[in-house]
Amino acid sequence: MTEPANPTLWQGFAAVVKRDLLLAYKRPGDMLNPLFFFAMVSTLFPLAIGPAGDQLKLLGPGVVWVAALLSVLLSLNSMYLSDLEDGSLDQLILSPQPLPLIALGKTVAHWLVSGFPLVLVSPLIAITYQMPTETIGVMVVTLTLGTISLSLLGSVGAALTVGLSRGNALLSLLVLPLAMPVLIFGARTVALAAADDAVSAGVYFLAAYCMLALSFAPFAAAAALKISNE
Amino acid sequence: MTELLSAKNLTVFRGERCLFHNLSFALNAGESLLIQGANGSGKTTLLRAVAGLLDLEEGEIRWRGFSTLAHRQAFHGEMAWFAHSVGFKSDLTLLENLRFESGLRSTSMGRLSAVLDKLGLTSLTQLPFRALSAGQQRRVGLARMLLANAQLWLMDEPLTNLDTAGQDLVVNLITEHLQGGGACMLASHQAVGLNSDMQRIVLQ
Amino acid sequence: MFRHMWIFLHKLASPPHFYGLAAKMIPWFYVSGLLLIAYGTIAGLFYAPADYQQGDAFRIIYVHVPAAYLSMMAYSIMAISAGIGLIWRMKLAHAVAAAAAPLGAWFTFLALATGSIWGRPMWGTWWEWGDPRLTSELIMLFLYFGYMSLRAAIDETSKADKASAVLILVGAVNVPIIHFSVEWWSSLHQGPTLVREGGPAIETAMLYPLLGMILGFTLFFGALLLARVRAEVLHRERRSRWVRNLILGESA
Repeated sequence: MTEPANPTLWQGFAAVVKRDLLLAYKRPGDMLNPLFFFAMVSTLFPLAIGPAGDQLKLLGPGVVWVAALLSVLLSLNSMYLSDLEDGSLDQLILSPQPLPLIALGKTVAHWLVSGFPLVLVSPLIAITYQMPTETIGVMVVTLTLGTISLSLLGSVGAALTVGLSRGNALLSLLVLPLAMPVLIFGARTVALAAADDAVSAGVYFLAAYCMLALSFAPFAAAAALKISNE
Repeated sequence: MTELLSAKNLTVFRGERCLFHNLSFALNAGESLLIQGANGSGKTTLLRAVAGLLDLEEGEIRWRGFSTLAHRQAFHGEMAWFAHSVGFKSDLTLLENLRFESGLRSTSMGRLSAVLDKLGLTSLTQLPFRALSAGQQRRVGLARMLLANAQLWLMDEPLTNLDTAGQDLVVNLITEHLQGGGACMLASHQAVGLNSDMQRIVLQ
Repeated sequence: MFRHMWIFLHKLASPPHFYGLAAKMIPWFYVSGLLLIAYGTIAGLFYAPADYQQGDAFRIIYVHVPAAYLSMMAYSIMAISAGIGLIWRMKLAHAVAAAAAPLGAWFTFLALATGSIWGRPMWGTWWEWGDPRLTSELIMLFLYFGYMSLRAAIDETSKADKASAVLILVGAVNVPIIHFSVEWWSSLHQGPTLVREGGPAIETAMLYPLLGMILGFTLFFGALLLARVRAEVLHRERRSRWVRNLILGESA
């Protein structure tokens, strides 16, 4: 019998993404909780500040972005935890596939499960904050680029803290300062759009940041995973 | 002939403690190596270091004459890992778990039904992994070893959680693997009932 | 040439050698640093003219600027050491990164505190979100906290070394981006005064004490860092023979 060759890089990547999506499908709660959290936080602000439309219009972009950031953060902790606990991480590290590729696959799955639904729901929240329609388009674009960057940055933080007691609080402390540029450009760009200002600079920055994170984060996450699994 | 696996002057620290110092061994095709020692003596650590899960303080491990550090992927392509936590997802079915493996490494899925039959798992393929007993879960781990085209098996405590029949099965599988030109490195506090002339390392 | 440098580096990286060498260097750093700080303090507070806009309030730059500069400097030192430690597995480099972190955090805090005190007469508030440099320093402080918390959360030193090294390298890629984005975000800010095309914009009687303070602070920082790395090395090597000999030799 001839031995089948090792799977290609693409097959390895696809297998990891598929497996994590399947796992999310079997446990929809893990996927929905951050989404509910996102909606809840966005609800808190009008209740705390007051229902005045002008104020909400002004706050809207910032609120949506902070809520998105926190919600992504909430979902990060579980990214590698079960893999560490059930021994899958050993198998992943010891597979002939390059570990950065596997980390990238896990990150893509994480975004599809936590970032992407958030982008889809965000227009609803924008409407409650009385954002004009054109602004909503910009918000969706910036949130898409931004949540991808956050998933990538977060994968490094999650890999560094996986298996540590108090890992969850630590994870926020590590990831939040690094996520500031995304928050700043994301929220300000939406605010600029709301003020009918030029938005291309912000969108380009977010796209560039996303590319940068895409090229560095998987390698950093892979290195961190190996260290954490020692 | 070059050795399949060779280790030279391995030194590993766990925190403050030096678990072993200047440890060397070699393993050829058809040979097996048993690491023995009390709990906490560093059996698992040595096995993890050989696999490439741990950094060595000093020393070098070579696979077919090439450093495993520099040729990581080639080494891992020919190695299979079997440890106490078998590394399957409890939410996925047995079949889904094994299919995932075929995306990661060279796996003979054509042999799947034969392997499942041999291990007595055929009727369980659609069950979620969590529904299996500890012994059955270990057997799925063995199925992965058999499906993977790996010449080197690294096994940490392969006999735990298995009944007598299961233990005999493991011993038979290892014997077959060795007869087929494979090599095997095991860590166990029990004496594995292999009658072949096994090399031994006893850690203090 | 390279061979010699390599041998020199290897020798430097050996803990006992470093331990001895650092002991000899520390007094020089202390003395020269403190002398320069004394010069800067006296010249800055008594001889430099008052600023025509800010009056005497500007004199806080003699602490603020060196502290802010060192907060960046310490981070760079940590990033470089972390890189060396990860790539060449040099344990001394990890010890340097670990020892530099609390110092960096402290100087960052000092920069924040003095900046805030400076802001009181300038802006009329203790804190002005519109100032990009204060905001950057604040984020910097969080980065230091993250680094130190990660180290503290991992029990095993070698693991803490490697994990925190990855973090600091990721942070180092991000720091310029954070600065850039904070700069973009704010409009209300004072342009850079010291380094400007066509020479510094401030008067030499103000400038020399400032340069003296920056150099003095750096030397002082160097002395503190060396002392901390020595302590760190001693702690890490506490089971080794040379430390035993050292302690026994001293007590005998």
